[in-house]
Amino acid sequence: MTVLIFKIILVLSVFGITMLIAMYSTWAERKLSAVMQDRVGPNRAGPLGLLQPLADGIKMFTKEELIPQGSNRFLFIIGPGIAMLTALITGAVIPWGGDVNIGGESFALQITDINIGVLYLFGVVSVGVYGIMIGGWASNNKYSLLGALRASSQMISYEIAMGFSIIAMVMMTGTLSLREIVAQQDAGLANVAYQPLAFLIFMICAFAETNRAPFDLPECETELIGGYHTEYSSMKLGLFLFAEYINMFISSAIMVSFFWGGYNFPFQHELGLSPNALATVQTVVFFGKVFAFIFLFMWVRWTLPRFRYDQLMNLGWKVLLPLSLLNIFLTGVVMYLTGKLN
Amino acid sequence: MPISEILFWFLSAVAVICAMLVVVVKNPVYSALCLILTFFAIAGHYFLLNAQFLAAVHIIVYAGAIMVLFLYIIMMVNMHGNMGFTKRTLFEIISAISAGLLLLVLTVAGKQADLSQLTKSAANIGTVESLGNSLFNEFLLPFEISALLFLSAMVGAVLLSKKQLS
Repeated sequence: MTVLIFKIILVLSVFGITMLIAMYSTWAERKLSAVMQDRVGPNRAGPLGLLQPLADGIKMFTKEELIPQGSNRFLFIIGPGIAMLTALITGAVIPWGGDVNIGGESFALQITDINIGVLYLFGVVSVGVYGIMIGGWASNNKYSLLGALRASSQMISYEIAMGFSIIAMVMMTGTLSLREIVAQQDAGLANVAYQPLAFLIFMICAFAETNRAPFDLPECETELIGGYHTEYSSMKLGLFLFAEYINMFISSAIMVSFFWGGYNFPFQHELGLSPNALATVQTVVFFGKVFAFIFLFMWVRWTLPRFRYDQLMNLGWKVLLPLSLLNIFLTGVVMYLTGKLN
Repeated sequence: MPISEILFWFLSAVAVICAMLVVVVKNPVYSALCLILTFFAIAGHYFLLNAQFLAAVHIIVYAGAIMVLFLYIIMMVNMHGNMGFTKRTLFEIISAISAGLLLLVLTVAGKQADLSQLTKSAANIGTVESLGNSLFNEFLLPFEISALLFLSAMVGAVLLSKKQLS
Protein backbone atom coordinates (compact mmCIF):
# COMPACT_ATOMS: atom_id res chain seq x y z
CA MET A 1 0.00 0.00 0.00
CA THR A 2 2.84 2.39 0.85
CA VAL A 3 4.31 1.60 -2.55
CA LEU A 4 1.09 2.67 -4.21
CA ILE A 5 0.90 5.94 -2.26
CA PHE A 6 4.55 6.64 -3.03
CA LYS A 7 4.01 5.94 -6.72
CA ILE A 8 0.95 8.19 -6.86
CA ILE A 9 2.91 11.02 -5.24
CA LEU A 10 5.75 10.38 -7.67
CA VAL A 11 3.42 10.41 -10.69
CA LEU A 12 1.85 13.67 -9.59
CA SER A 13 5.18 15.31 -8.86
CA VAL A 14 6.68 14.16 -12.17
CA PHE A 15 3.61 15.60 -13.90
CA GLY A 16 3.91 18.86 -12.00
CA ILE A 17 7.66 19.18 -12.55
CA THR A 18 7.27 18.39 -16.25
CA MET A 19 4.64 21.10 -16.60
CA LEU A 20 6.71 23.57 -14.63
CA ILE A 21 9.81 22.90 -16.69
CA ALA A 22 7.85 23.15 -19.94
CA MET A 23 6.39 26.47 -18.76
CA TYR A 24 9.71 27.94 -17.81
CA SER A 25 11.37 26.55 -20.93
CA THR A 26 9.26 29.00 -22.91
CA TRP A 27 10.54 31.79 -20.68
CA ALA A 28 14.14 30.54 -20.94
CA GLU A 29 13.85 30.23 -24.68
CA ARG A 30 12.70 33.82 -25.04
CA LYS A 31 15.33 35.14 -22.67
CA LEU A 32 18.04 33.12 -24.40
CA SER A 33 17.04 34.23 -27.86
CA ALA A 34 16.99 37.79 -26.56
CA VAL A 35 20.54 37.45 -25.24
CA MET A 36 21.69 35.94 -28.53
CA GLN A 37 20.10 38.71 -30.55
CA ASP A 38 21.16 41.48 -28.18
CA ARG A 39 17.63 42.22 -27.01
CA VAL A 40 16.09 42.43 -23.54
CA GLY A 41 13.40 39.77 -23.84
CA PRO A 42 10.30 39.53 -21.64
CA ASN A 43 10.74 41.90 -18.69
CA ARG A 44 7.29 43.28 -17.88
CA ALA A 45 5.54 40.53 -15.93
CA GLY A 46 7.35 40.17 -12.63
CA PRO A 47 11.07 40.51 -11.97
CA LEU A 48 13.09 39.48 -15.05
CA GLY A 49 9.77 38.65 -16.70
CA LEU A 50 9.52 35.53 -14.53
CA LEU A 51 5.72 35.66 -14.45
CA GLN A 52 5.56 35.74 -18.25
CA PRO A 53 4.68 32.00 -18.59
CA LEU A 54 1.76 32.49 -16.18
CA ALA A 55 0.54 35.48 -18.16
CA ASP A 56 0.86 33.46 -21.36
CA GLY A 57 -1.09 30.60 -19.80
CA ILE A 58 -3.93 32.88 -18.70
CA LYS A 59 -3.99 34.43 -22.15
CA MET A 60 -4.12 31.01 -23.83
CA PHE A 61 -6.94 29.80 -21.61
CA THR A 62 -9.11 32.88 -21.98
CA LYS A 63 -8.73 33.42 -25.72
CA GLU A 64 -11.58 32.72 -28.07
CA GLU A 65 -11.70 29.19 -29.32
CA LEU A 66 -12.14 28.81 -33.04
CA ILE A 67 -13.03 25.62 -34.80
CA PRO A 68 -12.76 26.28 -38.53
CA GLN A 69 -15.67 25.58 -40.82
CA GLY A 70 -15.46 22.34 -42.73
CA SER A 71 -13.02 20.91 -40.23
CA ASN A 72 -13.54 17.62 -38.51
CA ARG A 73 -14.67 18.74 -35.06
CA PHE A 74 -13.93 15.58 -33.10
CA LEU A 75 -10.48 14.97 -34.59
CA PHE A 76 -9.67 18.67 -34.43
CA ILE A 77 -10.12 18.61 -30.67
CA ILE A 78 -8.50 15.24 -30.07
CA GLY A 79 -5.32 16.08 -32.04
CA PRO A 80 -3.64 18.33 -29.45
CA GLY A 81 -4.87 15.96 -26.74
CA ILE A 82 -2.96 13.06 -28.30
CA ALA A 83 0.13 15.22 -28.72
CA MET A 84 0.02 16.14 -25.04
CA LEU A 85 -0.75 12.59 -23.86
CA THR A 86 2.14 11.00 -25.71
CA ALA A 87 4.48 13.76 -24.55
CA LEU A 88 3.55 13.18 -20.91
CA ILE A 89 3.55 9.38 -20.67
CA THR A 90 7.19 9.03 -21.72
CA GLY A 91 8.23 10.27 -18.30
CA ALA A 92 7.00 7.04 -16.72
CA VAL A 93 10.14 4.98 -17.35
CA ILE A 94 12.80 7.59 -16.70
CA PRO A 95 14.81 7.05 -13.50
CA TRP A 96 14.91 10.43 -11.80
CA GLY A 97 17.28 9.46 -9.00
CA GLY A 98 18.61 6.66 -6.81
CA ASP A 99 16.66 4.83 -4.11
CA VAL A 100 15.13 6.78 -1.26
CA ASN A 101 14.46 5.32 2.14
CA ILE A 102 11.16 6.18 3.80
CA GLY A 103 10.28 4.54 7.10
CA GLY A 104 12.64 1.61 6.55
CA GLU A 105 11.37 0.87 3.05
CA SER A 106 13.35 1.51 -0.08
CA PHE A 107 11.66 3.15 -3.06
CA ALA A 108 13.08 3.78 -6.51
CA LEU A 109 12.64 7.28 -7.87
CA GLN A 110 11.10 5.94 -11.06
CA ILE A 111 7.43 5.52 -11.80
CA THR A 112 7.80 2.09 -13.34
CA ASP A 113 10.77 -0.04 -14.27
CA ILE A 114 9.45 -2.22 -17.08
CA ASN A 115 12.04 -4.51 -18.62
CA ILE A 116 11.31 -3.18 -22.09
CA GLY A 117 11.73 0.48 -21.09
CA VAL A 118 13.67 1.40 -24.21
CA LEU A 119 11.04 -0.16 -26.46
CA TYR A 120 8.28 1.55 -24.50
CA LEU A 121 9.92 4.88 -25.20
CA PHE A 122 10.14 4.09 -28.89
CA GLY A 123 6.55 2.95 -28.99
CA VAL A 124 5.32 6.18 -27.42
CA VAL A 125 7.55 8.32 -29.64
CA SER A 126 6.35 6.54 -32.76
CA VAL A 127 2.72 7.04 -31.74
CA GLY A 128 3.39 10.70 -30.92
CA VAL A 129 3.16 11.68 -34.57
CA TYR A 130 -0.60 10.97 -34.62
CA GLY A 131 -1.41 14.10 -32.64
CA ILE A 132 0.19 16.27 -35.30
CA MET A 133 -1.16 14.22 -38.21
CA ILE A 134 -4.74 14.12 -36.98
CA GLY A 135 -4.71 17.77 -35.95
CA GLY A 136 -3.25 18.85 -39.26
CA TRP A 137 -5.65 16.82 -41.34
CA ALA A 138 -8.75 17.74 -39.34
CA SER A 139 -8.03 21.46 -39.77
CA ASN A 140 -9.16 21.22 -43.40
CA ASN A 141 -6.39 23.55 -44.47
CA LYS A 142 -3.75 22.86 -47.09
CA TYR A 143 -0.95 24.40 -45.05
CA SER A 144 -1.92 22.35 -42.02
CA LEU A 145 -2.06 19.19 -44.07
CA LEU A 146 1.33 19.84 -45.63
CA GLY A 147 2.78 20.51 -42.20
CA ALA A 148 1.28 17.28 -40.89
CA LEU A 149 2.60 15.27 -43.83
CA ARG A 150 6.05 16.77 -43.40
CA ALA A 151 6.01 15.99 -39.70
CA SER A 152 4.98 12.39 -40.23
CA SER A 153 7.50 11.62 -42.96
CA GLN A 154 10.24 13.33 -41.00
CA MET A 155 9.48 11.47 -37.80
CA ILE A 156 9.24 8.10 -39.54
CA SER A 157 12.57 8.69 -41.28
CA TYR A 158 14.47 9.72 -38.20
CA GLU A 159 12.95 7.07 -35.97
CA ILE A 160 14.85 4.42 -37.92
CA ALA A 161 18.30 5.94 -37.40
CA MET A 162 17.35 6.66 -33.79
CA GLY A 163 16.42 3.03 -33.18
CA PHE A 164 19.60 1.73 -34.77
CA SER A 165 21.78 4.09 -32.76
CA ILE A 166 20.19 2.75 -29.60
CA ILE A 167 20.68 -0.86 -30.70
CA ALA A 168 24.46 -0.35 -30.57
CA MET A 169 24.12 0.90 -27.01
CA VAL A 170 21.78 -1.92 -26.01
CA MET A 171 24.29 -4.42 -27.43
CA MET A 172 26.75 -3.18 -24.83
CA THR A 173 24.43 -2.86 -21.87
CA GLY A 174 22.55 -6.07 -22.59
CA THR A 175 19.34 -4.76 -21.10
CA LEU A 176 16.32 -2.73 -22.15
CA SER A 177 15.52 -1.48 -18.65
CA LEU A 178 16.41 2.16 -18.17
CA ARG A 179 17.16 1.70 -14.51
CA GLU A 180 19.77 -0.94 -15.27
CA ILE A 181 21.26 1.09 -18.10
CA VAL A 182 21.74 3.95 -15.68
CA ALA A 183 23.00 1.69 -12.89
CA GLN A 184 25.63 0.17 -15.17
CA GLN A 185 27.07 3.63 -15.77
CA ASP A 186 27.64 4.00 -12.03
CA ALA A 187 30.63 1.66 -11.98
CA GLY A 188 32.41 2.63 -15.18
CA LEU A 189 32.37 5.53 -17.56
CA ALA A 190 29.18 6.99 -19.01
CA ASN A 191 27.98 5.30 -22.17
CA VAL A 192 28.93 8.29 -24.29
CA ALA A 193 32.59 7.36 -23.80
CA TYR A 194 31.98 4.03 -25.53
CA GLN A 195 29.33 5.12 -28.01
CA PRO A 196 30.07 8.69 -29.11
CA LEU A 197 28.74 8.08 -32.60
CA ALA A 198 25.52 6.57 -31.30
CA PHE A 199 25.05 9.56 -29.03
CA LEU A 200 25.61 12.00 -31.90
CA ILE A 201 23.12 10.20 -34.13
CA PHE A 202 20.62 9.94 -31.31
CA MET A 203 20.91 13.62 -30.51
CA ILE A 204 20.39 14.69 -34.12
CA CYS A 205 17.39 12.38 -34.36
CA ALA A 206 16.03 13.77 -31.09
CA PHE A 207 16.14 17.23 -32.59
CA ALA A 208 14.23 15.96 -35.59
CA GLU A 209 11.71 14.00 -33.51
CA THR A 210 10.85 17.00 -31.37
CA ASN A 211 10.41 19.13 -34.52
CA ARG A 212 12.93 21.63 -33.23
CA ALA A 213 15.14 23.81 -35.37
CA PRO A 214 17.01 23.10 -37.61
CA PHE A 215 14.42 20.38 -38.30
CA ASP A 216 11.28 22.45 -37.71
CA LEU A 217 10.02 22.14 -41.26
CA PRO A 218 6.52 21.03 -40.19
CA GLU A 219 5.97 24.53 -38.82
CA CYS A 220 8.13 26.45 -41.25
CA GLU A 221 6.60 29.94 -41.18
CA THR A 222 7.97 31.12 -44.49
CA GLU A 223 6.37 28.28 -46.42
CA LEU A 224 3.51 26.96 -44.32
CA ILE A 225 2.36 29.84 -42.08
CA GLY A 226 2.20 27.83 -38.85
CA GLY A 227 2.28 24.35 -40.32
CA TYR A 228 0.04 21.80 -38.65
CA HIS A 229 -1.23 24.28 -36.03
CA THR A 230 -2.16 27.06 -38.44
CA GLU A 231 -5.86 26.78 -37.64
CA TYR A 232 -5.49 26.29 -33.92
CA SER A 233 -6.20 28.96 -31.38
CA SER A 234 -6.50 29.30 -27.63
CA MET A 235 -5.34 26.46 -25.38
CA LYS A 236 -5.46 23.87 -28.15
CA LEU A 237 -2.61 25.75 -29.77
CA GLY A 238 -1.08 26.01 -26.32
CA LEU A 239 -1.19 22.22 -25.94
CA PHE A 240 0.65 21.72 -29.22
CA LEU A 241 3.34 24.20 -28.25
CA PHE A 242 3.51 22.82 -24.74
CA ALA A 243 3.88 19.27 -26.04
CA GLU A 244 6.92 20.40 -28.00
CA TYR A 245 8.58 21.75 -24.87
CA ILE A 246 7.71 18.64 -22.89
CA ASN A 247 9.17 16.51 -25.67
CA MET A 248 12.31 18.57 -25.49
CA PHE A 249 12.54 18.04 -21.74
CA ILE A 250 11.86 14.31 -21.96
CA SER A 251 14.28 13.72 -24.82
CA SER A 252 16.94 15.57 -22.84
CA ALA A 253 16.19 13.27 -19.91
CA ILE A 254 16.42 10.23 -22.19
CA MET A 255 19.75 11.36 -23.62
CA VAL A 256 21.09 11.90 -20.11
CA SER A 257 19.89 8.47 -18.96
CA PHE A 258 21.15 6.62 -22.03
CA PHE A 259 24.48 8.29 -22.60
CA TRP A 260 25.48 10.68 -19.84
CA GLY A 261 25.22 8.50 -16.77
CA GLY A 262 21.69 9.42 -15.75
CA TYR A 263 21.60 10.56 -12.14
CA ASN A 264 25.12 9.27 -11.41
CA PHE A 265 27.97 11.66 -10.82
CA PRO A 266 31.69 11.03 -10.17
CA PHE A 267 32.78 9.98 -6.69
CA GLN A 268 29.19 9.83 -5.49
CA HIS A 269 29.87 6.94 -3.11
CA GLU A 270 32.97 8.53 -1.59
CA LEU A 271 31.00 11.47 -0.19
CA GLY A 272 29.63 9.40 2.67
CA LEU A 273 26.08 10.69 2.27
CA SER A 274 23.05 8.92 3.68
CA PRO A 275 20.88 7.19 1.02
CA ASN A 276 18.22 9.90 1.10
CA ALA A 277 20.72 12.74 0.84
CA LEU A 278 22.50 10.92 -1.96
CA ALA A 279 19.22 10.43 -3.85
CA THR A 280 18.44 14.12 -3.46
CA VAL A 281 21.84 15.16 -4.77
CA GLN A 282 21.49 12.64 -7.60
CA THR A 283 18.14 14.08 -8.61
CA VAL A 284 19.60 17.58 -8.56
CA VAL A 285 22.52 16.40 -10.69
CA PHE A 286 20.13 14.68 -13.09
CA PHE A 287 18.10 17.83 -13.56
CA GLY A 288 21.30 19.82 -13.96
CA LYS A 289 22.34 17.58 -16.84
CA VAL A 290 18.85 17.78 -18.34
CA PHE A 291 18.89 21.58 -18.18
CA ALA A 292 22.25 21.57 -19.94
CA PHE A 293 20.64 19.66 -22.81
CA ILE A 294 17.60 21.92 -22.89
CA PHE A 295 20.03 24.81 -23.15
CA LEU A 296 21.72 23.01 -26.06
CA PHE A 297 18.35 22.58 -27.80
CA MET A 298 17.69 26.31 -27.52
CA TRP A 299 21.24 27.27 -28.43
CA VAL A 300 20.99 25.27 -31.64
CA ARG A 301 17.59 26.70 -32.46
CA TRP A 302 18.81 30.28 -32.33
CA THR A 303 22.08 29.52 -34.09
CA LEU A 304 21.39 27.27 -37.05
CA PRO A 305 19.14 28.05 -40.01
CA ARG A 306 16.47 25.61 -41.13
CA PHE A 307 17.26 22.72 -43.44
CA ARG A 308 15.72 22.44 -46.85
CA TYR A 309 13.33 19.52 -47.06
CA ASP A 310 15.43 17.40 -49.44
CA GLN A 311 18.51 18.05 -47.31
CA LEU A 312 16.58 16.84 -44.29
CA MET A 313 15.59 13.59 -46.00
CA ASN A 314 19.09 13.07 -47.40
CA LEU A 315 20.61 13.55 -43.97
CA GLY A 316 18.20 11.06 -42.43
CA TRP A 317 18.36 8.31 -45.00
CA LYS A 318 21.76 8.68 -46.64
CA VAL A 319 23.94 9.83 -43.74
CA LEU A 320 22.46 8.94 -40.37
CA LEU A 321 21.03 5.54 -41.29
CA PRO A 322 24.28 4.14 -42.86
CA LEU A 323 26.29 5.66 -40.02
CA SER A 324 24.12 3.99 -37.41
CA LEU A 325 24.40 0.65 -39.23
CA LEU A 326 28.18 1.10 -39.36
CA ASN A 327 28.11 1.84 -35.65
CA ILE A 328 26.28 -1.41 -34.94
CA PHE A 329 28.83 -3.29 -37.05
CA LEU A 330 31.78 -1.62 -35.32
CA THR A 331 30.27 -2.27 -31.90
CA GLY A 332 29.85 -5.93 -32.80
CA VAL A 333 33.43 -6.23 -34.06
CA VAL A 334 34.90 -4.54 -31.00
CA MET A 335 32.78 -6.62 -28.67
CA TYR A 336 33.92 -9.77 -30.48
CA LEU A 337 37.59 -8.79 -30.36
CA THR A 338 37.49 -7.86 -26.69
CA GLY A 339 35.66 -11.05 -25.89
CA LYS A 340 32.60 -9.28 -24.49
CA LEU A 341 30.28 -11.34 -26.65
CA ASN A 342 28.26 -14.03 -24.86
CA MET B 1 -13.51 -10.87 -11.03
CA PRO B 2 -9.71 -10.50 -11.12
CA ILE B 3 -8.39 -7.39 -12.80
CA SER B 4 -6.75 -9.33 -15.62
CA GLU B 5 -10.12 -10.80 -16.56
CA ILE B 6 -11.80 -7.38 -16.56
CA LEU B 7 -8.99 -6.11 -18.75
CA PHE B 8 -9.33 -9.09 -21.04
CA TRP B 9 -13.03 -8.45 -21.64
CA PHE B 10 -12.52 -4.71 -22.02
CA LEU B 11 -9.71 -5.15 -24.53
CA SER B 12 -11.62 -7.80 -26.43
CA ALA B 13 -14.66 -5.54 -26.66
CA VAL B 14 -12.52 -2.64 -27.89
CA ALA B 15 -10.74 -4.86 -30.41
CA VAL B 16 -13.93 -6.35 -31.83
CA ILE B 17 -15.88 -3.10 -31.97
CA CYS B 18 -13.02 -1.18 -33.55
CA ALA B 19 -12.30 -3.94 -36.04
CA MET B 20 -15.95 -3.85 -37.10
CA LEU B 21 -15.89 -0.07 -37.36
CA VAL B 22 -12.87 -0.35 -39.68
CA VAL B 23 -15.13 -2.02 -42.20
CA VAL B 24 -18.38 -0.19 -41.50
CA VAL B 25 -17.20 3.42 -41.28
CA LYS B 26 -17.41 5.35 -44.57
CA ASN B 27 -14.60 7.87 -44.00
CA PRO B 28 -11.23 6.17 -44.74
CA VAL B 29 -9.42 8.30 -42.12
CA TYR B 30 -11.80 7.10 -39.40
CA SER B 31 -11.34 3.59 -40.70
CA ALA B 32 -7.56 3.85 -40.33
CA LEU B 33 -7.88 5.36 -36.85
CA CYS B 34 -10.14 2.49 -35.78
CA LEU B 35 -7.56 0.05 -37.08
CA ILE B 36 -4.93 1.79 -34.93
CA LEU B 37 -7.18 1.40 -31.87
CA THR B 38 -7.58 -2.28 -32.73
CA PHE B 39 -3.79 -2.66 -32.76
CA PHE B 40 -3.60 -1.05 -29.36
CA ALA B 41 -6.22 -3.42 -27.97
CA ILE B 42 -4.33 -6.41 -29.38
CA ALA B 43 -1.08 -5.09 -27.92
CA GLY B 44 -2.90 -4.95 -24.58
CA HIS B 45 -3.77 -8.62 -25.02
CA TYR B 46 -0.10 -9.40 -25.60
CA PHE B 47 0.69 -7.60 -22.36
CA LEU B 48 -1.87 -9.71 -20.52
CA LEU B 49 -0.18 -12.80 -21.95
CA ASN B 50 3.19 -11.59 -20.58
CA ALA B 51 4.58 -10.97 -24.06
CA GLN B 52 5.81 -7.43 -23.43
CA PHE B 53 8.31 -7.51 -26.25
CA LEU B 54 5.71 -8.54 -28.78
CA ALA B 55 3.34 -5.86 -27.47
CA ALA B 56 5.93 -3.11 -27.76
CA VAL B 57 7.08 -4.19 -31.21
CA HIS B 58 3.47 -4.52 -32.32
CA ILE B 59 2.86 -0.88 -31.37
CA ILE B 60 6.14 0.38 -32.84
CA VAL B 61 5.80 -1.44 -36.16
CA TYR B 62 2.06 -1.43 -36.84
CA ALA B 63 0.71 1.61 -35.03
CA GLY B 64 3.90 3.64 -35.21
CA ALA B 65 5.13 2.99 -38.73
CA ILE B 66 2.77 1.13 -41.03
CA MET B 67 -0.42 2.91 -40.03
CA VAL B 68 1.30 6.30 -40.16
CA LEU B 69 2.15 5.59 -43.79
CA PHE B 70 -1.41 4.35 -44.44
CA LEU B 71 -2.84 7.51 -42.94
CA TYR B 72 -0.31 9.52 -44.91
CA ILE B 73 -1.53 8.03 -48.18
CA ILE B 74 -5.20 8.43 -47.25
CA MET B 75 -4.68 12.08 -46.39
CA MET B 76 -2.77 12.69 -49.62
CA VAL B 77 -5.50 11.07 -51.69
CA ASN B 78 -8.22 12.99 -49.88
CA MET B 79 -6.59 16.22 -50.91
CA HIS B 80 -7.98 15.92 -54.42
CA GLY B 81 -11.63 15.61 -53.63
CA ASN B 82 -13.53 12.53 -52.57
CA MET B 83 -12.23 9.44 -54.30
CA GLY B 84 -15.29 7.30 -53.64
CA PHE B 85 -14.94 3.55 -53.69
CA THR B 86 -16.30 1.73 -56.69
CA LYS B 87 -18.06 -1.39 -55.54
CA ARG B 88 -18.07 -4.36 -57.82
CA THR B 89 -20.10 -7.46 -57.23
CA LEU B 90 -17.21 -9.69 -58.22
CA PHE B 91 -14.95 -8.10 -55.63
CA GLU B 92 -17.62 -8.42 -53.01
CA ILE B 93 -18.09 -12.11 -53.71
CA ILE B 94 -14.35 -12.78 -53.72
CA SER B 95 -13.75 -10.93 -50.48
CA ALA B 96 -16.71 -12.62 -48.79
CA ILE B 97 -15.41 -16.05 -49.80
CA SER B 98 -11.83 -15.36 -48.69
CA ALA B 99 -12.94 -13.84 -45.40
CA GLY B 100 -15.18 -16.85 -44.81
CA LEU B 101 -12.31 -19.22 -45.53
CA LEU B 102 -10.09 -17.36 -43.10
CA LEU B 103 -12.79 -17.59 -40.45
CA LEU B 104 -13.08 -21.32 -41.10
CA VAL B 105 -9.33 -21.89 -40.77
CA LEU B 106 -9.16 -19.85 -37.58
CA THR B 107 -12.11 -21.64 -36.01
CA VAL B 108 -10.70 -25.05 -36.85
CA ALA B 109 -7.26 -24.07 -35.55
CA GLY B 110 -8.79 -22.71 -32.37
CA LYS B 111 -10.88 -25.81 -31.84
CA GLN B 112 -8.01 -28.21 -32.36
CA ALA B 113 -5.48 -26.27 -30.29
CA ASP B 114 -4.18 -28.25 -27.36
CA LEU B 115 -4.17 -25.81 -24.47
CA SER B 116 -3.24 -28.43 -21.85
CA GLN B 117 0.46 -27.93 -22.60
CA LEU B 118 0.26 -24.35 -21.48
CA THR B 119 1.49 -24.22 -17.93
CA LYS B 120 2.54 -21.59 -15.50
CA SER B 121 6.19 -22.32 -16.26
CA ALA B 122 5.73 -20.67 -19.63
CA ALA B 123 4.91 -17.37 -17.95
CA ASN B 124 8.09 -15.64 -19.09
CA ILE B 125 8.12 -17.09 -22.58
CA GLY B 126 7.42 -13.69 -24.10
CA THR B 127 10.24 -11.73 -22.47
CA VAL B 128 13.03 -10.30 -24.60
CA GLU B 129 15.58 -12.74 -23.20
CA SER B 130 13.68 -15.93 -23.92
CA LEU B 131 12.50 -14.67 -27.30
CA GLY B 132 16.03 -13.75 -28.34
CA ASN B 133 17.40 -17.06 -27.13
CA SER B 134 14.90 -19.12 -29.06
CA LEU B 135 15.16 -16.94 -32.18
CA PHE B 136 18.95 -17.05 -32.36
CA ASN B 137 19.42 -20.66 -31.26
CA GLU B 138 16.51 -22.85 -32.13
CA PHE B 139 15.08 -20.88 -35.05
CA LEU B 140 18.22 -19.23 -36.41
CA LEU B 141 17.84 -20.47 -39.98
CA PRO B 142 14.17 -19.52 -40.48
CA PHE B 143 14.91 -16.18 -38.82
CA GLU B 144 17.75 -15.39 -41.20
CA ILE B 145 15.79 -16.60 -44.21
CA SER B 146 12.85 -14.34 -43.35
CA ALA B 147 15.31 -11.48 -42.88
CA LEU B 148 16.61 -12.14 -46.40
CA LEU B 149 13.03 -12.20 -47.66
CA PHE B 150 12.40 -8.76 -46.19
CA LEU B 151 15.63 -7.47 -47.68
CA SER B 152 14.68 -8.73 -51.13
CA ALA B 153 11.24 -7.15 -50.75
CA MET B 154 12.89 -3.83 -49.91
CA VAL B 155 15.26 -4.04 -52.89
CA GLY B 156 12.31 -4.98 -55.10
CA ALA B 157 10.29 -1.99 -53.92
CA VAL B 158 13.20 0.36 -54.62
CA LEU B 159 13.69 -1.16 -58.09
CA LEU B 160 10.00 -0.86 -58.95
CA SER B 161 9.83 2.77 -57.92
CA LYS B 162 13.02 3.55 -59.88
CA LYS B 163 11.55 2.06 -63.05
CA GLN B 164 8.48 4.27 -62.81
CA LEU B 165 10.55 7.43 -62.65
CA SER B 166 12.60 6.91 -65.80
